[in-house]
Amino acid sequence: MLNTLREPESETIHLGFKELYLSAFKWMLLSRTVEDKVAALWHAGKIAGGCYLGKGQEAVSVAVGIMLRPGDIFAPLIRDQAGRLAFGEPLFDILRTYLGKKTGPMRGRDGNVHRGRPKERIYPMVSHLGAATSLITGALMARRMRGETGFVGATSIGDGGSSTGSFHEGLNLAAVERVPLVMTVTNNRYAYSTPNSRQFACHDLVDRAIGYGVEGYSMDGTDLKECLEIASHAVDRARSGFGVQMIVASCVRLSGHAEHDDGFYMDKALLDSPIGRDCLSVAQAHVVEQGWADEVMVREWRQQAKAQVEDTLQQVQREPAPDPAEEDWHSLASAHLIDPEYAE
Amino acid sequence: MSITYLEAIREAQARALRENPNVYIYGQDIGAYGGAFKATKNLAKEFPGRVLDSPISEDAMVGSAIGASLEGMRPIVEMQFADFSANGFNQIVNHAGAYFYRSGVSLPITIRLPNGGNPGAGPFHSQSLESLYAHFPGLIIMTPATVDDAYNLLLEAIALDDPVLYCEHKYLYNRVKAERLPEEVSFSAGKALCRRPGKDLTLVTYAAALYDALAAATELEKEGIDIEVIDLRTVKPLDTPTILQSVARTGHLLAVSEGWPWGGINAEVIARVASKGFHLLDSPPERLNCRDTPIPFHPDLWLAHKPSAASIVKKVRQMLEW
Ligand SMILES: Cc1ncc(C[n+]2csc(CCOP(=O)(O)OP(=O)(O)O)c2C)c(N)n1
Ligand SMILES: [Mg+2]
Repeated sequence: MLNTLREPESETIHLGFKELYLSAFKWMLLSRTVEDKVAALWHAGKIAGGCYLGKGQEAVSVAVGIMLRPGDIFAPLIRDQAGRLAFGEPLFDILRTYLGKKTGPMRGRDGNVHRGRPKERIYPMVSHLGAATSLITGALMARRMRGETGFVGATSIGDGGSSTGSFHEGLNLAAVERVPLVMTVTNNRYAYSTPNSRQFACHDLVDRAIGYGVEGYSMDGTDLKECLEIASHAVDRARSGFGVQMIVASCVRLSGHAEHDDGFYMDKALLDSPIGRDCLSVAQAHVVEQGWADEVMVREWRQQAKAQVEDTLQQVQREPAPDPAEEDWHSLASAHLIDPEYAE
Repeated sequence: MSITYLEAIREAQARALRENPNVYIYGQDIGAYGGAFKATKNLAKEFPGRVLDSPISEDAMVGSAIGASLEGMRPIVEMQFADFSANGFNQIVNHAGAYFYRSGVSLPITIRLPNGGNPGAGPFHSQSLESLYAHFPGLIIMTPATVDDAYNLLLEAIALDDPVLYCEHKYLYNRVKAERLPEEVSFSAGKALCRRPGKDLTLVTYAAALYDALAAATELEKEGIDIEVIDLRTVKPLDTPTILQSVARTGHLLAVSEGWPWGGINAEVIARVASKGFHLLDSPPERLNCRDTPIPFHPDLWLAHKPSAASIVKKVRQMLEW
């Protein structure tokens, strides 16, 4: 069924929308700040490999991340820095992983956005788009098999990733199993350089919710208020047994696909359209308008975020890189089955 | 009383379900129907909620097993045919295979692949995919040929903390029998076994080709040629010492596999013997694979496509004349 709900009705929201909004806004600020820093490091040649930012998509990401509780499962994708922070990923993780530090969760074995902490239920993504859909579905099935209740899982995908067979198989399975999954599809109108017109032929991706037999929502991804309302509703619905919730958010990627890409192919008119707004500026204006903070206070929060990023970075930069001579070059947990051929 | 290779697979799964509440089986038509080959016959009834029919979604079947194993389960995924695991390839090699090295968290998943050819099965229900998966790090590849190994290795696969591709040979399902199941479970992954001692030439093989190798050895015995037959049982990890010890005794090596010739298990066996045991060889090491075409449908073409006792005999004669 297609759910077009707009009115807030979740507990979380009644319990203090202002606090929720401000907390989400601060996570967005921190996310933008750390990503700007990472981009600067990348342009200075300090980072190996790619650099993928969630700029312009913080509101969508944080709204879902902040609704999750400890014990819930989050399988973030490339543009989910804000959601990661809100769910509890330490700020250290992004910097240690981009810089390939041995101290990071991936120990230099994987980089940039390909990071996570499986034991804390932040699943590290593989690059292959769509793969996390069935992953999180299986994790939710397992918890149900073990008799647990009250948990939800959340993951996200882009307009491009939604064309993969893996995404389709995963979402269909999630719907069949009626697991408590919140799937956010962020339609930022491009997949790398490919526009929606070369990606899918349906009128609106949210229409696919009917085909999958899941509840679907359209959401203005530039408006934090709407994002929080819809994410809160969807997470509550999933938690209360209404099955898979599919949120289709509209916004624009305020960067190239990655930092090597200037996005020259993007339609400039899109940036001037309502969904081309910067969600962070929109949120800031809302905070000031509501009288929840003045410009001075927001500037102070921004400074605090900067200081936090700088302090973290300074520590991380002093930390060791992985040592190839000390590396454990083994891919099996079963140590007795490691082929002696590959022992050295 | 006798028990088939297929029944041993079913019994191993029943035992694992009985002994460990975290084990469940996931695959197409495996519930009430009992599986395309009946490897899960009656298990859904005996273990309600733990033998689950999946949609035809090999990618999602494996992806969901990865997620479930992160949450403490020990999933067994049944592919209906090994050939269809191609649709789950990405989840197997890139997601499951890479997980432990990347994150330090292991995934206790068993993926059962009904592997290898049967007369009339054709290009898409006959493939031997062990070499393909063996190419990727982070996976264990088992290829049992006997009832005991089918039973023991499957229980070991389920007990291991790493992803295992358990390649069960379809040709052997109802053709290989034993008096009874092994009385005691013994874990021997990674260990090859000498199935027939001999002093003239070493045949290294596994799965259904083992029986062709043994038949060839019996035939050659009539000519006074004494063949040693090594059954790899687990192709990854590969038991190099057992192979080298045998070649040290015989001085000749022929590797036999039903898989395709380019790269693969035979190539790996020969490469290892050539680099570690070159001095042991009295003739160039050789291999027999199936032909480099899709697997043909007609039973006569199929028989001519893969190594047989006759083609092994012929090859051995050539090698020993050298
Ligand atoms: C299966 C697969 N094919 C190709 C890629 C390479 N790739 C990485 S991101 C990307 C574009 C993704 O676009 P979209 O899903 O719209 O997400 P966005 O980048 O817009 O957030 C591509 C093609 C990939 N990661 N996975
Ligand atoms: Mg996109």
